[in-house]
This record gives sequence, structure tokens and C-alpha cells, in this order.
Amino acid sequence: MGLEDLLKKVKHRFNDEKAETAPKDELKPADTKGVIIPDDLFFKCPRCRTASYKEDFEKDRKVCAHCHYHARLTWQERLELTADRDTFAEHDAGMESLNPIGYPDYAEKLQKLQEQCTLRDAVVTGECTIRGYKTVIGIMDSNFMMASMGSVVGEKITRAFEYATEEKLPVIMFTASGGARMQEGIISLMQMAKTSGAIARFSDSGGLYITVMTDPTTGGVTASFASLGDIIIAEPKVLIGFAGRRVIQDTIKQKLPDEFQSAEFLLENGFVDMIIERKKMRSCLARLMKLHNYEKIGGR
Amino acid sequence: MSKLTATERLSLIRLKNRPTVNDYIPLIFNRFMELHGDRHYGDDAAIMGGIATFYSMPVTIIAQVKGRNIEENKHTNFAMPHPEGYRKALRLAKQAEKFKRPVICLVDTPGAFCGIEAEERGQGEAIARNLMEFMTLKVPVVSIILGEGGSGGALALAVCDELAVLENALYSVISPRGFASILWKDPSREKEAAELMKITSEDLLGFGVCERIISEPAGGAQNDSQLMADNISEYLFDALKRLCAVSPEILLENRYKKFRKIGMFTE
Repeated sequence: MGLEDLLKKVKHRFNDEKAETAPKDELKPADTKGVIIPDDLFFKCPRCRTASYKEDFEKDRKVCAHCHYHARLTWQERLELTADRDTFAEHDAGMESLNPIGYPDYAEKLQKLQEQCTLRDAVVTGECTIRGYKTVIGIMDSNFMMASMGSVVGEKITRAFEYATEEKLPVIMFTASGGARMQEGIISLMQMAKTSGAIARFSDSGGLYITVMTDPTTGGVTASFASLGDIIIAEPKVLIGFAGRRVIQDTIKQKLPDEFQSAEFLLENGFVDMIIERKKMRSCLARLMKLHNYEKIGGR
Repeated sequence: MSKLTATERLSLIRLKNRPTVNDYIPLIFNRFMELHGDRHYGDDAAIMGGIATFYSMPVTIIAQVKGRNIEENKHTNFAMPHPEGYRKALRLAKQAEKFKRPVICLVDTPGAFCGIEAEERGQGEAIARNLMEFMTLKVPVVSIILGEGGSGGALALAVCDELAVLENALYSVISPRGFASILWKDPSREKEAAELMKITSEDLLGFGVCERIISEPAGGAQNDSQLMADNISEYLFDALKRLCAVSPEILLENRYKKFRKIGMFTE
């Protein structure tokens, strides 16, 4: 996939440039052949390729200080930045995928990731308040199989919309995905129709659906629930698209410009309502809920 | 029913002489009148749409067009639609809804086109919009996969009340080649992927993804396109009779449930 390519490329460059960009006094002499820098000391931005201290980067909500690329977050980090403290109640926490096409080692792979990521699959759904406004929320986590959509992602998202329809709550989805979960074959493709169907009903009931596209939102998720928000927000500099970069390059035999499939590219082409910085996201979401006549129930 | 392997079917549906919508439409429908354009950007030849009669009932036909030779394929982009193709499909579906005509989608695509312009014009949004709008379209929708059912590009015309699949047709989340390329970094393992992916008509029926398999003439549709068209016609007659008897409310409820139940998980 294009994404994997990008990561490889960036990683490669990082290794090349590490010695040049790192301040001298941070370098530890290792042996006569060269120097070793601790891997976790710097964040190397995959967009502008500038390195910054990881400590500063993390303090700044994982936003690149130079180009404002909004880097990927774990679902816990996202929740902490978004929801009012201690208001989140998770739904369907125990749901796990089966292996519909009997893909070799799929169950083992899922189990390994479940232990690594403290997640059962690539999305966490539930309800919370944001500055006092109650909402259904979904957060996709790209650490879990690049947040690809299989049975669990499809079912949880569908249930989130069905629940919100019944409870007359808005829905906010933080999307991130490499696309459909190929290991689940045709079943994963059907999740695109299933989630879109649930949104159709939710929308007919008058509910507000806000999509927040985060890095990376691609493939079958872009071609289903991510693109169906009443309001579509993107974080700065994130990757958004349908087809992978490499697939397009192979089709057209041309190199693609850097800004292709960026949030800014989508804004320019009319597929995103606005680009909002992470630090302003909570107030933006709260204001949108207020503008759509949802009642503030919490104190903050 | 033949028991060809998925790989054998993959070769069969790519045969140059496998019938396309341009062969089937005159054999199944009367006096097809083509309607062009999405009213926003242009007219995509990869998706053909229009009105015809079927046993004297007006129906809207939306079809992905594979060419029968290189020239035709250049014109129809090998049946790989751009966003304006999907938007034309939606426009015609909404028109059908207004005039209470059933919609018949004939699916045959390697996938939605992957290119710069397709991205600029919102391929993802166009497909997503169709999935959502077709789910609540208040007239019967029948989709038939004729050959290749490639991923989201096929699904955008396959949110329907009933999905029928030609015996040797395939429907998959990604092409077997793409599957092998992404998961195993080795596109040459295409055949192995085809067998593993469970993409044959029998697999699809087993998963509840399709409702009906339409038999092909011995050796494949290319051996007798008239007989193939007759089999499709017989199915369509039966399906439309069944679906037109149902109220729109029940139709939509059943359509929602058809997709709602697909997923394999524990909790």
C-alpha cells in the first residue's frame, strides 16, 4: 500500500539524516565507526522531514512544530484530548473478529495486536461529553492493523449510529484507516454498505454526524462512513484519499506531488468543510453541537 | 453446476469474448434509451445508464461497460469508472425513484479507477454517497454481477434488494493480484490468493452476500450468450415480480437487514 511505502521512505531518510540534524552534544560515542542516537529522543516529521525533540513534540499534542502535521495518536491519547474527564463510557468493548475466510494466522495476529495495543480491534466506540455536550464518539487507532475495517469495525460503527438514532445524540467519528480488512475477504467489503446504511437512517432521523479525518483516512473507509459526515473536519497535513499512492503511481506511471491527497488538497477540491488544529478541536466540536441545538448537560 | 476453481473462473471472466452489457442489453430489454451525464462534471463511458422496457415495464438500467475490443475498452476505460460515473448512476437511480421504476444494475468492473483526477473529483465520496443513497432508494433495486465484481467500485452499484451473481462471476474486496501484492508482497501468487479469498458465486451465497446464482451455459457464458441472456431474463422476471409486490417500507427494511446481518464476530 502507498502508506507503507511512505513510511519506509521516511524511515530510510530518517536514518540517513539523523547524524546531520542531531545536535552534537546529544550524540553518544559508541565505537570508532560512528555514533548512536537513542531512537526515542527525536520525532522526525514524515511531512516536512524536520526533527524535533520528542518531549516538545509530545507536549504539543504530537503536532510538528515546523509544518503543523498532526501526527497519529493512540485512541487513549485522542480520547484524553477530546472528551471531558471521566465521562467516557465504552460500548461493545468485548467484540472480537472471527476468521471468515480462514486466513492463515489471522487469529494469532489479532491476538498479538490485542495484547500490544490494549484494543480488541481497530475502533473504540462509546459515549462521552465534550465541553458538556453529550455525544456518541468513535475513535479509530491506526496502531491496530492500520485501522482496517473488518467485521468488528463495521459492527461497532453501525451500532454507534443505531444507538445515537435511538438516544437522539450526535455522532463524532475520528477516522483513520488503511481501508478494508483484506484478511476478512468480502465480509469486510460489506461493512462499507452496512455502515453507510446506518448513517442513512441516522441522517433521516435528523441527527448530526461530524467526521474528523485524521492520519491516514483511506480506501474503503474514505469510500463509506468517513465521507458521509454532515460536517467533515480534517486535521492539518493528514493523508486522505481513496486509492493508495503507489497504486496511482503504478497506474499513471508518474510521480505524485507531495501535497496530493493531503487535507489541504481535499479542502481545495471541495471534499472537506474545514481544517482544524488539534488544540482547537474540542471547542470546534462543542460549538457545532451547540449550533445544531443539542443541549449542554455537563458543567464545563 | 460446474465446479471450476476460482482461478479457472478468473481466466474465464477475462476472456475477450465473454459477453458484456452491450451484448446482454439488446437480448434482455426492449428499446434501451441511453441517458448521459452526471450534471456536475461530465459523462463517464465506463458506466452506461438509461431506460428500457422489460416485459413492457419501464426500468432504469445502470451498467458497467467492458469493451469488446481495445478501441471500446479505451473509450470505457476498461469499465473502471471515475466519480462522475457513480454520480451519473445516482442521478439515474433518483430519477427512477421519482418515476417509480425499478433499478437494474449490471456490475462488471475490475474496480473504481485509481488516478489523480479520480482523487481530485472525490472517488471516495462518490462511492460512499451511492452506498448511502441506494440503501434508502424507494424502488426495487436488483444488481447482477456479470463477470468481475471489483471491490468498492462494484459495491457502489450493488447496494440492492437482491444480488444475483453469474455462476462464474467473482466478487471480492480487492483483486486476487492486489491481495497477494499487499499481504504477501508478491503479486505472482495471484492464483493462490484467488483460491483463498472465497470469491466464487457459491462462496458468496454461503456468506449471504448474494441471494441467487444464475447458471451459465456449459463452458461459460461466451459459449451461448442468447442462453445466458435468457437465464438472466428469467431470474429478473421472477425477482421484479417478487420485489414489486412489496411495499416500499418493507422493501427498505429488508434491504437494510440484508446488509446489517453481515459480519463475523464474537462478544
